[in-house]
Amino acid sequence: MSDDKLLQSRRNALKCMAYGGAGTLFALSGGVFTPIDLAMARSYDESKEGKALGKPLFVQISDTHIGFNKEANPDVAGTLAQTIDIVNGMPVQPALIIHTGDITHLSKPAEFDLAQQMLSRLRTTELHTVPGEHDTTDATVTEYFNRFGKASDNKGYYSFDHAGVHFIGLINVLQFKPGGLGTLGDEQLAWVAADLKHRSASTPIVVFAHMPLWTIYEPWGWGTGDAEQLLGQLRRFGSVTVLNGHIHQIVQKVEGNMTFHTARSTSYPQPVAGVGAGPGPLKVPPEQLAAMLGITSISVAKHPSSLVLNDTVLA
Amino acid sequence: MFLGRTRMLLTAVGMTALLGTAPWSRLTADAADSTKITVKDFMFAPTPLTVKAGSTVTWTNLDDEPHTVVSDSGLFKSGGMDTNESFSFKFDKPGTYHFTCSIHPRMVGTIVVQ
Repeated sequence: MSDDKLLQSRRNALKCMAYGGAGTLFALSGGVFTPIDLAMARSYDESKEGKALGKPLFVQISDTHIGFNKEANPDVAGTLAQTIDIVNGMPVQPALIIHTGDITHLSKPAEFDLAQQMLSRLRTTELHTVPGEHDTTDATVTEYFNRFGKASDNKGYYSFDHAGVHFIGLINVLQFKPGGLGTLGDEQLAWVAADLKHRSASTPIVVFAHMPLWTIYEPWGWGTGDAEQLLGQLRRFGSVTVLNGHIHQIVQKVEGNMTFHTARSTSYPQPVAGVGAGPGPLKVPPEQLAAMLGITSISVAKHPSSLVLNDTVLA
Repeated sequence: MFLGRTRMLLTAVGMTALLGTAPWSRLTADAADSTKITVKDFMFAPTPLTVKAGSTVTWTNLDDEPHTVVSDSGLFKSGGMDTNESFSFKFDKPGTYHFTCSIHPRMVGTIVVQ
Protein backbone atom coordinates (compact mmCIF):
# COMPACT_ATOMS: atom_id res chain seq x y z
CA MET A 1 0.00 0.00 0.00
CA SER A 2 1.44 3.41 -0.92
CA ASP A 3 1.67 6.21 1.62
CA ASP A 4 -0.96 8.14 -0.33
CA LYS A 5 -3.39 5.29 -0.11
CA LEU A 6 -2.59 4.79 3.56
CA LEU A 7 -3.27 8.47 4.19
CA GLN A 8 -6.45 8.20 2.16
CA SER A 9 -7.46 5.16 4.22
CA ARG A 10 -6.84 7.03 7.44
CA ARG A 11 -8.86 9.98 6.16
CA ASN A 12 -11.66 7.63 5.23
CA ALA A 13 -11.55 5.97 8.61
CA LEU A 14 -11.72 9.36 10.30
CA LYS A 15 -14.53 10.42 7.98
CA CYS A 16 -16.41 7.27 8.98
CA MET A 17 -16.09 8.18 12.61
CA ALA A 18 -17.05 11.79 11.98
CA TYR A 19 -20.26 10.78 10.26
CA GLY A 20 -21.23 8.34 12.95
CA GLY A 21 -19.35 5.46 11.41
CA ALA A 22 -21.05 4.43 8.20
CA GLY A 23 -18.77 1.42 8.19
CA THR A 24 -15.63 0.26 6.51
CA LEU A 25 -15.08 -2.13 3.66
CA PHE A 26 -11.90 -4.13 3.87
CA ALA A 27 -10.66 -5.44 0.57
CA LEU A 28 -7.94 -8.01 0.97
CA SER A 29 -5.36 -7.60 -1.76
CA GLY A 30 -2.01 -9.30 -1.48
CA GLY A 31 -2.43 -9.85 2.24
CA VAL A 32 -3.06 -6.18 3.03
CA PHE A 33 -6.35 -4.72 4.14
CA THR A 34 -7.45 -1.70 2.15
CA PRO A 35 -10.22 0.11 4.01
CA ILE A 36 -12.75 1.78 1.73
CA ASP A 37 -15.53 4.08 2.83
CA LEU A 38 -18.84 2.26 3.03
CA ALA A 39 -20.69 5.11 1.31
CA MET A 40 -18.65 4.10 -1.73
CA ALA A 41 -19.30 0.46 -1.04
CA ARG A 42 -23.05 0.94 -1.36
CA SER A 43 -22.63 1.53 -5.09
CA TYR A 44 -20.04 -1.23 -5.30
CA ASP A 45 -22.38 -3.83 -6.70
CA GLU A 46 -22.75 -1.97 -9.97
CA SER A 47 -19.13 -0.89 -10.34
CA LYS A 48 -16.25 -2.82 -11.86
CA GLU A 49 -14.65 -3.12 -8.44
CA GLY A 50 -17.92 -4.28 -6.99
CA LYS A 51 -18.24 -7.03 -9.55
CA ALA A 52 -14.68 -8.05 -8.79
CA LEU A 53 -15.64 -8.37 -5.12
CA GLY A 54 -18.11 -11.09 -6.00
CA LYS A 55 -21.20 -12.15 -4.12
CA PRO A 56 -21.32 -12.26 -0.35
CA LEU A 57 -20.35 -15.69 0.88
CA PHE A 58 -21.47 -15.28 4.45
CA VAL A 59 -22.22 -12.77 7.17
CA GLN A 60 -20.77 -13.00 10.67
CA ILE A 61 -23.00 -11.96 13.56
CA SER A 62 -21.55 -12.01 17.06
CA ASP A 63 -22.21 -11.33 20.72
CA THR A 64 -25.94 -10.66 20.51
CA HIS A 65 -26.17 -11.10 24.34
CA ILE A 66 -29.95 -11.52 24.39
CA GLY A 67 -31.03 -10.94 28.00
CA PHE A 68 -28.62 -8.06 28.71
CA ASN A 69 -30.59 -5.01 29.87
CA LYS A 70 -28.13 -2.66 31.56
CA GLU A 71 -27.32 0.95 30.78
CA ALA A 72 -24.79 0.15 28.03
CA ASN A 73 -27.75 -1.00 25.87
CA PRO A 74 -31.18 -1.51 27.47
CA ASP A 75 -32.56 -2.89 24.17
CA VAL A 76 -30.29 -5.60 22.76
CA ALA A 77 -33.29 -7.21 21.05
CA GLY A 78 -33.85 -3.92 19.22
CA THR A 79 -30.26 -3.71 17.98
CA LEU A 80 -30.36 -7.36 16.90
CA ALA A 81 -33.58 -6.64 14.98
CA GLN A 82 -31.78 -3.72 13.28
CA THR A 83 -28.88 -6.04 12.44
CA ILE A 84 -31.25 -8.59 10.91
CA ASP A 85 -32.87 -5.82 8.85
CA ILE A 86 -29.44 -4.80 7.52
CA VAL A 87 -28.62 -8.38 6.50
CA ASN A 88 -32.07 -8.94 4.99
CA GLY A 89 -31.64 -5.68 3.06
CA MET A 90 -28.38 -6.72 1.38
CA PRO A 91 -28.90 -6.64 -2.41
CA VAL A 92 -27.49 -10.14 -2.76
CA GLN A 93 -28.25 -12.44 0.18
CA PRO A 94 -25.30 -14.26 1.73
CA ALA A 95 -25.30 -18.04 1.36
CA LEU A 96 -24.98 -18.55 5.09
CA ILE A 97 -24.80 -16.82 8.46
CA ILE A 98 -22.22 -17.56 11.13
CA HIS A 99 -22.88 -16.55 14.75
CA THR A 100 -19.65 -16.55 16.74
CA GLY A 101 -21.20 -16.91 20.17
CA ASP A 102 -22.58 -15.17 23.21
CA ILE A 103 -25.98 -15.59 21.62
CA THR A 104 -27.42 -15.07 25.11
CA HIS A 105 -26.23 -13.18 28.16
CA LEU A 106 -26.96 -15.71 30.91
CA SER A 107 -27.72 -19.02 29.12
CA LYS A 108 -31.37 -18.82 30.20
CA PRO A 109 -33.94 -20.84 28.21
CA ALA A 110 -36.06 -17.73 27.60
CA GLU A 111 -33.03 -15.86 26.24
CA PHE A 112 -32.18 -18.71 23.85
CA ASP A 113 -35.82 -18.94 22.77
CA LEU A 114 -36.01 -15.22 21.96
CA ALA A 115 -32.67 -15.29 20.12
CA GLN A 116 -33.72 -18.29 18.03
CA GLN A 117 -37.06 -16.72 17.24
CA MET A 118 -35.37 -13.49 16.13
CA LEU A 119 -32.64 -15.20 14.07
CA SER A 120 -35.32 -17.22 12.25
CA ARG A 121 -36.36 -13.93 10.63
CA LEU A 122 -33.13 -13.89 8.58
CA ARG A 123 -33.83 -14.44 4.88
CA THR A 124 -30.72 -16.60 4.75
CA THR A 125 -31.79 -19.72 6.60
CA GLU A 126 -28.46 -21.55 6.88
CA LEU A 127 -27.16 -20.59 10.33
CA HIS A 128 -23.96 -21.95 11.88
CA THR A 129 -23.04 -21.24 15.48
CA VAL A 130 -20.37 -21.75 18.11
CA PRO A 131 -21.08 -20.98 21.77
CA GLY A 132 -19.57 -18.19 23.84
CA GLU A 133 -18.83 -18.48 27.56
CA HIS A 134 -22.10 -16.62 28.26
CA ASP A 135 -23.98 -19.43 26.48
CA THR A 136 -22.53 -22.14 28.70
CA THR A 137 -23.04 -20.84 32.25
CA ASP A 138 -26.05 -23.03 33.06
CA ALA A 139 -25.16 -25.69 35.64
CA THR A 140 -25.44 -28.58 33.19
CA VAL A 141 -24.32 -26.70 30.02
CA THR A 142 -27.27 -28.10 28.10
CA GLU A 143 -29.36 -25.12 26.97
CA TYR A 144 -27.00 -24.27 24.09
CA PHE A 145 -26.51 -27.89 22.98
CA ASN A 146 -30.23 -28.67 23.16
CA ARG A 147 -30.79 -26.00 20.53
CA PHE A 148 -27.57 -25.81 18.50
CA GLY A 149 -25.76 -29.06 19.29
CA LYS A 150 -26.97 -31.10 16.33
CA ALA A 151 -24.33 -29.89 13.84
CA SER A 152 -21.50 -30.98 16.13
CA ASP A 153 -23.12 -34.03 17.75
CA ASN A 154 -23.08 -32.01 21.00
CA LYS A 155 -19.29 -31.61 20.87
CA GLY A 156 -19.28 -27.94 19.91
CA TYR A 157 -16.79 -28.37 17.02
CA TYR A 158 -17.56 -29.37 13.43
CA SER A 159 -16.69 -28.61 9.82
CA PHE A 160 -18.51 -28.20 6.52
CA ASP A 161 -17.84 -27.08 2.97
CA HIS A 162 -19.46 -24.37 0.93
CA ALA A 163 -18.51 -22.96 -2.48
CA GLY A 164 -15.08 -24.55 -2.34
CA VAL A 165 -14.33 -23.07 1.09
CA HIS A 166 -13.75 -25.36 4.09
CA PHE A 167 -15.32 -24.02 7.29
CA ILE A 168 -14.28 -25.15 10.77
CA GLY A 169 -16.29 -24.16 13.85
CA LEU A 170 -14.43 -24.56 17.15
CA ILE A 171 -15.32 -24.32 20.83
CA ASN A 172 -12.83 -22.67 23.21
CA VAL A 173 -15.06 -21.67 26.13
CA LEU A 174 -15.56 -24.95 28.02
CA GLN A 175 -12.24 -26.07 29.41
CA PHE A 176 -11.06 -22.96 31.18
CA LYS A 177 -7.86 -23.31 33.09
CA PRO A 178 -8.17 -21.11 36.17
CA GLY A 179 -6.12 -17.97 35.76
CA GLY A 180 -5.68 -18.64 32.05
CA LEU A 181 -7.10 -18.16 28.61
CA GLY A 182 -9.66 -20.13 26.61
CA THR A 183 -8.75 -23.71 25.71
CA LEU A 184 -9.36 -25.95 22.71
CA GLY A 185 -8.13 -29.14 24.35
CA ASP A 186 -6.27 -32.18 23.02
CA GLU A 187 -9.35 -34.02 21.77
CA GLN A 188 -10.51 -31.10 19.63
CA LEU A 189 -6.99 -30.41 18.32
CA ALA A 190 -6.65 -34.08 17.29
CA TRP A 191 -10.00 -33.82 15.51
CA VAL A 192 -8.80 -30.73 13.59
CA ALA A 193 -5.63 -32.58 12.54
CA ALA A 194 -7.73 -35.44 11.17
CA ASP A 195 -10.15 -33.03 9.50
CA LEU A 196 -7.33 -31.20 7.68
CA LYS A 197 -5.11 -34.17 6.93
CA HIS A 198 -6.16 -34.91 3.36
CA ARG A 199 -7.08 -31.40 2.33
CA SER A 200 -5.15 -29.66 -0.40
CA ALA A 201 -3.15 -26.58 0.65
CA SER A 202 -5.06 -24.60 -1.99
CA THR A 203 -8.39 -25.07 -0.14
CA PRO A 204 -9.46 -21.75 1.39
CA ILE A 205 -10.07 -22.27 5.12
CA VAL A 206 -12.35 -20.26 7.39
CA VAL A 207 -11.98 -21.00 11.11
CA PHE A 208 -14.47 -19.50 13.54
CA ALA A 209 -14.66 -19.65 17.34
CA HIS A 210 -15.93 -17.32 20.04
CA MET A 211 -12.78 -16.30 21.88
CA PRO A 212 -9.88 -14.92 19.85
CA LEU A 213 -7.57 -17.66 18.53
CA TRP A 214 -4.60 -15.33 18.97
CA THR A 215 -3.60 -13.56 22.14
CA ILE A 216 -4.90 -10.00 22.03
CA TYR A 217 -4.69 -9.23 25.76
CA GLU A 218 -3.83 -11.96 28.22
CA PRO A 219 -4.77 -10.16 31.47
CA TRP A 220 -8.40 -10.09 30.26
CA GLY A 221 -8.32 -13.61 28.88
CA TRP A 222 -8.55 -12.35 25.29
CA GLY A 223 -6.92 -15.35 23.70
CA THR A 224 -6.75 -19.14 23.59
CA GLY A 225 -3.95 -20.84 25.52
CA ASP A 226 -3.35 -23.73 23.11
CA ALA A 227 -4.23 -21.87 19.87
CA GLU A 228 -0.66 -22.22 18.57
CA GLN A 229 -1.23 -25.97 18.14
CA LEU A 230 -4.15 -25.09 15.87
CA LEU A 231 -2.38 -22.33 13.93
CA GLY A 232 0.58 -24.64 13.32
CA GLN A 233 -1.77 -26.99 11.46
CA LEU A 234 -3.16 -24.13 9.35
CA ARG A 235 0.10 -22.56 8.16
CA ARG A 236 0.49 -24.82 5.11
CA PHE A 237 -2.77 -23.51 3.61
CA GLY A 238 -2.72 -20.70 1.06
CA SER A 239 -5.70 -18.79 2.48
CA VAL A 240 -6.82 -18.93 6.09
CA THR A 241 -9.39 -16.57 7.62
CA VAL A 242 -9.76 -16.75 11.41
CA LEU A 243 -12.93 -15.13 12.76
CA ASN A 244 -13.80 -14.49 16.40
CA GLY A 245 -16.10 -12.41 18.58
CA HIS A 246 -15.88 -12.02 22.37
CA ILE A 247 -14.17 -8.63 22.60
CA HIS A 248 -16.99 -6.54 21.05
CA GLN A 249 -14.71 -4.52 18.80
CA ILE A 250 -12.65 -4.99 15.67
CA VAL A 251 -9.05 -6.06 16.07
CA GLN A 252 -7.23 -7.62 13.15
CA LYS A 253 -3.88 -8.75 11.91
CA VAL A 254 -2.41 -10.51 8.91
CA GLU A 255 0.30 -13.10 9.44
CA GLY A 256 1.57 -14.87 6.34
CA ASN A 257 -1.47 -16.36 4.63
CA MET A 258 -3.62 -16.01 7.75
CA THR A 259 -6.02 -13.14 8.32
CA PHE A 260 -7.31 -12.71 11.89
CA HIS A 261 -10.40 -10.63 12.52
CA THR A 262 -12.67 -10.10 15.53
CA ALA A 263 -16.19 -8.83 14.87
CA ARG A 264 -18.16 -6.06 16.52
CA SER A 265 -21.03 -7.07 18.80
CA THR A 266 -24.67 -6.32 18.03
CA SER A 267 -25.34 -5.60 21.74
CA TYR A 268 -22.83 -3.34 23.49
CA PRO A 269 -19.23 -2.21 23.05
CA GLN A 270 -16.38 -3.16 25.37
CA PRO A 271 -13.36 -1.09 26.34
CA VAL A 272 -10.09 -1.19 24.46
CA ALA A 273 -7.70 -3.76 25.99
CA GLY A 274 -6.49 -2.77 29.44
CA VAL A 275 -8.65 0.34 29.84
CA GLY A 276 -10.67 0.09 33.07
CA ALA A 277 -11.23 -2.71 35.59
CA GLY A 278 -12.13 -5.41 33.09
CA PRO A 279 -13.88 -6.39 29.87
CA GLY A 280 -17.40 -5.35 30.90
CA PRO A 281 -20.05 -3.36 29.06
CA LEU A 282 -18.80 0.07 27.95
CA LYS A 283 -21.29 2.88 28.46
CA VAL A 284 -21.29 5.42 25.63
CA PRO A 285 -23.71 8.27 24.85
CA PRO A 286 -26.84 6.72 23.21
CA GLU A 287 -26.23 8.55 19.92
CA GLN A 288 -22.82 6.89 19.62
CA LEU A 289 -23.96 3.33 20.35
CA ALA A 290 -25.08 2.23 16.87
CA ALA A 291 -21.73 3.23 15.38
CA MET A 292 -20.01 0.79 17.75
CA LEU A 293 -22.25 -2.19 16.93
CA GLY A 294 -22.26 -4.17 13.70
CA ILE A 295 -21.56 -7.22 11.61
CA THR A 296 -18.90 -8.51 9.23
CA SER A 297 -19.70 -9.80 5.77
CA ILE A 298 -17.24 -11.94 3.86
CA SER A 299 -17.18 -12.17 0.08
CA VAL A 300 -15.18 -14.16 -2.40
CA ALA A 301 -13.14 -11.87 -4.65
CA LYS A 302 -12.20 -13.22 -8.08
CA HIS A 303 -10.90 -16.49 -6.73
CA PRO A 304 -12.02 -18.44 -3.67
CA SER A 305 -8.59 -17.98 -2.14
CA SER A 306 -9.11 -14.24 -1.68
CA LEU A 307 -11.85 -13.51 0.82
CA VAL A 308 -12.98 -9.96 1.43
CA LEU A 309 -14.10 -8.80 4.86
CA ASN A 310 -16.60 -5.98 5.10
CA ASP A 311 -17.59 -4.47 8.45
CA THR A 312 -20.93 -2.70 8.69
CA VAL A 313 -22.18 -0.71 11.68
CA LEU A 314 -25.80 -0.23 12.70
CA ALA A 315 -25.66 3.56 12.47
CA MET B 1 -37.85 -26.90 48.23
CA PHE B 2 -40.19 -24.52 49.98
CA LEU B 3 -40.23 -26.62 53.11
CA GLY B 4 -36.44 -26.91 53.08
CA ARG B 5 -36.03 -23.18 52.84
CA THR B 6 -38.41 -22.64 55.75
CA ARG B 7 -36.53 -25.13 57.87
CA MET B 8 -33.20 -23.44 57.12
CA LEU B 9 -34.64 -20.08 58.09
CA LEU B 10 -35.93 -21.46 61.40
CA THR B 11 -32.55 -22.99 62.16
CA ALA B 12 -30.85 -19.70 61.43
CA VAL B 13 -33.24 -17.84 63.71
CA GLY B 14 -32.72 -20.48 66.41
CA MET B 15 -28.97 -20.17 66.14
CA THR B 16 -29.05 -16.40 66.35
CA ALA B 17 -31.15 -16.63 69.50
CA LEU B 18 -28.70 -19.12 70.95
CA LEU B 19 -25.64 -17.09 69.97
CA GLY B 20 -27.12 -13.98 71.47
CA THR B 21 -26.87 -15.45 74.96
CA ALA B 22 -23.69 -17.49 74.66
CA PRO B 23 -20.43 -16.05 76.02
CA TRP B 24 -18.58 -16.86 72.73
CA SER B 25 -21.23 -15.17 70.63
CA ARG B 26 -19.07 -12.18 69.70
CA LEU B 27 -16.31 -14.26 68.15
CA THR B 28 -18.68 -16.59 66.31
CA ALA B 29 -20.80 -13.72 65.05
CA ASP B 30 -17.69 -12.13 63.52
CA ALA B 31 -16.81 -15.40 61.81
CA ALA B 32 -20.37 -15.60 60.48
CA ASP B 33 -20.13 -12.05 59.12
CA SER B 34 -17.04 -12.86 57.11
CA THR B 35 -18.62 -15.57 54.95
CA LYS B 36 -19.49 -13.07 52.24
CA ILE B 37 -17.44 -12.62 49.10
CA THR B 38 -18.03 -9.59 46.92
CA VAL B 39 -17.54 -9.84 43.18
CA LYS B 40 -16.70 -6.37 41.95
CA ASP B 41 -14.46 -4.86 39.28
CA PHE B 42 -13.64 -8.37 38.03
CA MET B 43 -12.24 -9.45 41.41
CA PHE B 44 -13.29 -11.69 44.30
CA ALA B 45 -12.83 -10.04 47.70
CA PRO B 46 -11.76 -11.04 50.23
CA THR B 47 -9.59 -13.89 49.02
CA PRO B 48 -8.35 -16.10 50.52
CA LEU B 49 -11.27 -16.31 52.92
CA THR B 50 -10.97 -18.47 56.05
CA VAL B 51 -14.17 -19.95 57.51
CA LYS B 52 -15.10 -22.64 60.01
CA ALA B 53 -16.38 -26.02 58.79
CA GLY B 54 -20.14 -25.87 58.39
CA SER B 55 -20.13 -22.24 57.20
CA THR B 56 -22.15 -21.12 54.22
CA VAL B 57 -20.27 -18.76 51.93
CA THR B 58 -22.26 -16.32 49.78
CA TRP B 59 -20.86 -14.64 46.68
CA THR B 60 -22.66 -11.51 45.41
CA ASN B 61 -22.00 -9.96 42.01
CA LEU B 62 -21.90 -6.15 42.00
CA ASP B 63 -20.63 -5.75 38.41
CA ASP B 64 -22.74 -4.94 35.34
CA GLU B 65 -21.15 -8.01 33.81
CA PRO B 66 -22.29 -11.50 34.90
CA HIS B 67 -19.87 -13.75 36.76
CA THR B 68 -19.87 -17.37 37.87
CA VAL B 69 -18.29 -19.24 40.77
CA VAL B 70 -16.94 -22.64 39.77
CA SER B 71 -14.92 -24.88 42.08
CA ASP B 72 -11.71 -26.24 40.52
CA SER B 73 -12.51 -29.69 41.93
CA GLY B 74 -16.07 -29.64 40.61
CA LEU B 75 -17.58 -29.46 44.12
CA PHE B 76 -19.78 -26.47 43.36
CA LYS B 77 -20.84 -24.41 40.33
CA SER B 78 -23.11 -21.38 40.21
CA GLY B 79 -25.06 -20.41 37.14
CA GLY B 80 -24.43 -17.01 35.61
CA MET B 81 -24.95 -14.41 38.36
CA ASP B 82 -26.34 -11.17 36.98
CA THR B 83 -25.92 -7.84 38.78
CA ASN B 84 -26.82 -8.12 42.51
CA GLU B 85 -27.47 -11.86 42.25
CA SER B 86 -25.91 -14.25 44.76
CA PHE B 87 -24.79 -17.84 45.05
CA SER B 88 -24.24 -19.76 48.31
CA PHE B 89 -22.46 -22.98 49.18
CA LYS B 90 -22.07 -24.73 52.55
CA PHE B 91 -18.59 -26.03 53.35
CA ASP B 92 -18.83 -29.09 55.59
CA LYS B 93 -15.29 -30.42 55.46
CA PRO B 94 -12.02 -28.67 56.31
CA GLY B 95 -9.72 -28.07 53.35
CA THR B 96 -8.57 -25.53 50.78
CA TYR B 97 -11.00 -24.82 47.98
CA HIS B 98 -9.99 -22.91 44.85
CA PHE B 99 -12.60 -21.39 42.57
CA THR B 100 -12.74 -19.36 39.39
CA CYS B 101 -15.20 -17.38 37.25
CA SER B 102 -15.78 -19.46 34.12
CA ILE B 103 -16.66 -16.34 32.13
CA HIS B 104 -13.47 -14.55 33.15
CA PRO B 105 -10.96 -17.26 34.11
CA ARG B 106 -8.41 -14.72 35.32
CA MET B 107 -10.74 -14.16 38.29
CA VAL B 108 -9.72 -16.69 40.93
CA GLY B 109 -10.23 -17.09 44.67
CA THR B 110 -9.61 -19.44 47.56
CA ILE B 111 -11.58 -20.53 50.61
CA VAL B 112 -9.82 -22.15 53.53
CA VAL B 113 -12.19 -24.20 55.69
CA GLN B 114 -10.86 -24.96 59.19
